[in-house]
Amino acid sequence: MARLQIRNLEKVYGNAFKAVHGISLDVADGEFMVLVGPSGCAKSTTLRMIAGLETVTGGEIRIGERIVNNLPPGQRGVSMVFQNYALYPHMKVRNNLAFGLKLKRRPKPEIEEATRAVARILEIDPLLERLPKQLSGGQAQRVAVGRALIKKPDVFLFDEPLSNLDAKLRASMRVRITDLHKRLKREGQSSTVVYVTHDQTEAMTMGDRICVMKDGRIMQVADPVTLYNRPANAFVAGFIGSPEMNLIEGTLGVDGGINLCVAGQTLAFGEALGARLETHGRRTVLFGVRPQHLRIAAPDEANALEGHVSHIEFMGHEVYLHVDIAGIRLVVVVPSEQYRPEDIRDDRIRLAPRETAVHIFDRETERNVSLAGNA
Amino acid sequence: MAEQFTVHTTTPSEAEIERERARTLAEGRRKHAVSSAVRYAILAGVGFLMLYPLIWLIGASFKENAEIFANPGFIPEEPTLDGYIKGWQTSTPYTFATFFWNTFLIILPKVIGTAISCTAVAYGFARFEFPGKRILFATVIATLLLPNVVTRIPQYLLFRDLGWLDTFLPLWVPSAFAGDAFFVFMLIQFLRAIPRDMEEAARVDGANTWQTLVFIVVPMLAPALISVCLFQFMWTMNDFLGPLIYLSSVEKYPVSLALKLSIDTTEAFQWNRILAMSVLALVPALTVFFLAQKYFIEGISTGGLKG
Ligand SMILES: Nc1ncnc2c1ncn2[C@@H]1O[C@H](COP(=O)(O)OP(=O)(O)OP(=O)(O)O)[C@@H](O)[C@H]1O
Ligand SMILES: [Mg+2]
Repeated sequence: MARLQIRNLEKVYGNAFKAVHGISLDVADGEFMVLVGPSGCAKSTTLRMIAGLETVTGGEIRIGERIVNNLPPGQRGVSMVFQNYALYPHMKVRNNLAFGLKLKRRPKPEIEEATRAVARILEIDPLLERLPKQLSGGQAQRVAVGRALIKKPDVFLFDEPLSNLDAKLRASMRVRITDLHKRLKREGQSSTVVYVTHDQTEAMTMGDRICVMKDGRIMQVADPVTLYNRPANAFVAGFIGSPEMNLIEGTLGVDGGINLCVAGQTLAFGEALGARLETHGRRTVLFGVRPQHLRIAAPDEANALEGHVSHIEFMGHEVYLHVDIAGIRLVVVVPSEQYRPEDIRDDRIRLAPRETAVHIFDRETERNVSLAGNA
Repeated sequence: MAEQFTVHTTTPSEAEIERERARTLAEGRRKHAVSSAVRYAILAGVGFLMLYPLIWLIGASFKENAEIFANPGFIPEEPTLDGYIKGWQTSTPYTFATFFWNTFLIILPKVIGTAISCTAVAYGFARFEFPGKRILFATVIATLLLPNVVTRIPQYLLFRDLGWLDTFLPLWVPSAFAGDAFFVFMLIQFLRAIPRDMEEAARVDGANTWQTLVFIVVPMLAPALISVCLFQFMWTMNDFLGPLIYLSSVEKYPVSLALKLSIDTTEAFQWNRILAMSVLALVPALTVFFLAQKYFIEGISTGGLKG
């Protein structure tokens, strides 16, 4: 039963490199929080500070009611699953699981019982007498999860636990971990999770909330739906979603309604977008629209951008069209059943954005200025 | 389908080609056999040459003293255990049993002390950041490069002032304080090749520094540690100068000194006795080496951690 609170956390490494720039994050009791971001954005550093494997150089980490900044890892009530499993190579699976409890001098029958229970949950009973080098990657990862589980910690920490597995196994482990989390929650056990990944599918499917990081700063913390529909800034907008959101520089104008000038062509928007915009006035902005939110417009439709199709990718259930508008490249995703090759004439195509799904970002701050109102 | 295919391929010309190919193959194999025969013959010859002194030593230890110089071959004409029996008695009040026991008394604490101290020091250097680490590490490496003779006299004076002369202490104590920089260096190199994740996992599991060292690091370090122990065992076994400087009473002599003793004290050298005892002195080192050969090789090829 514990929530995790991080206040103004900073990390300056020994070589004076500042990896974490004062981040604050609250993880509620029982919440599954995912830290996601590109490589080098200090996800691991943050996680390792929570675990106690890196010293904290500024700010505060609280687990439950305790400030744990200066506690050794073993006394923080956390367990951690490492990317390359980190099983003790000379111990059988059974002893790998039991090591933590043995150190705590728990009575033998209790350890036996706990080992059996965890082995049953993770279906590793037949592996208990094996050494780590006799396990497959997926089995080793299950043992690593078991080792975290057996301690009944306040907070579970995962550092890219699935990135060494193949795609299929990753998908099934994803479900397994999510199920495990739900089960712990149902049973009233402590189940606060901080899960690091650079894979947005993992982030979107597993997280109750997702914390998107970049260069040691938090860009946005939100549930997956909000993150997808209401990205706080251009970075989050570009990072979440696949293929990436199209971000195009354009000029916003207000001559009788909102209009946007992109590569010499003008799109007019109605009041719906106007109501969402924080500020009006003529200026350069980043215009963001997801590939799924562009549709192929009829040839005579006025409010559309015209471009040249550079190539077409057939993905099965969808078709990706790569479109070039005066040097600006866009991607459009069309469901296969709606895709008609005759829409493209002489390699030219007209595209209309779905107005409710359009985002406008400030060009300097990259902040999303189209989140006002209740869109 | 498949059958038809086979029929097609075994046209007469193809069969001929096949036979031709078999012939060249057989010829190649024959050439290969000849060349390996030659290679093995050369290897065996050189090996024999290298081993000859050892073989001669063993042969001569079963000869009469007079025969040693009269007969250059290594097979004794009249094999006798005389050298062993008389050699074992020695000309002193002690038998070689005493000297072997002394060697053992020197080696055991020294090996244990080396293993423990070098592990602790290597762990410190490989895994922790502390002020002055670079200078201290440079010092360790410097002592590695320092010739032993340079420190002999200051060390002797130090141990004399401590009143440790004619005890085993001067032989034990430096090793118990990780005095053998070579071993420290070797263990550090080995540790660097082992990822830290396991140790971090142990710390999250609640182990303190020493528990991590004992339960996690030492088992992973085992192959390297075995090599360290073996090296120390053999070097101590063969060490002549150390005991010579610090031990003065014969009852404390190890084997290496005792062998020299038999040369010194007899008017006419009883070569067969000396040779016989030399053979015995070789036995422990050889036995231990062959028993632990596997670990030994694993240990000196650093990064012995398999995936
Ligand atoms: N021990 C260290 N000393 C100095 N800088 C470090 C150290 N460890 C990490 N860094 C730097 O801190 C930054 C954050 O590293 P971190 O490992 O937390 O990134 P990450 O988000 O986990 O990336 P990845 O997705 O690749 O694992 C990086 O720029 C890295 O170079
Ligand atoms: Mg990382």
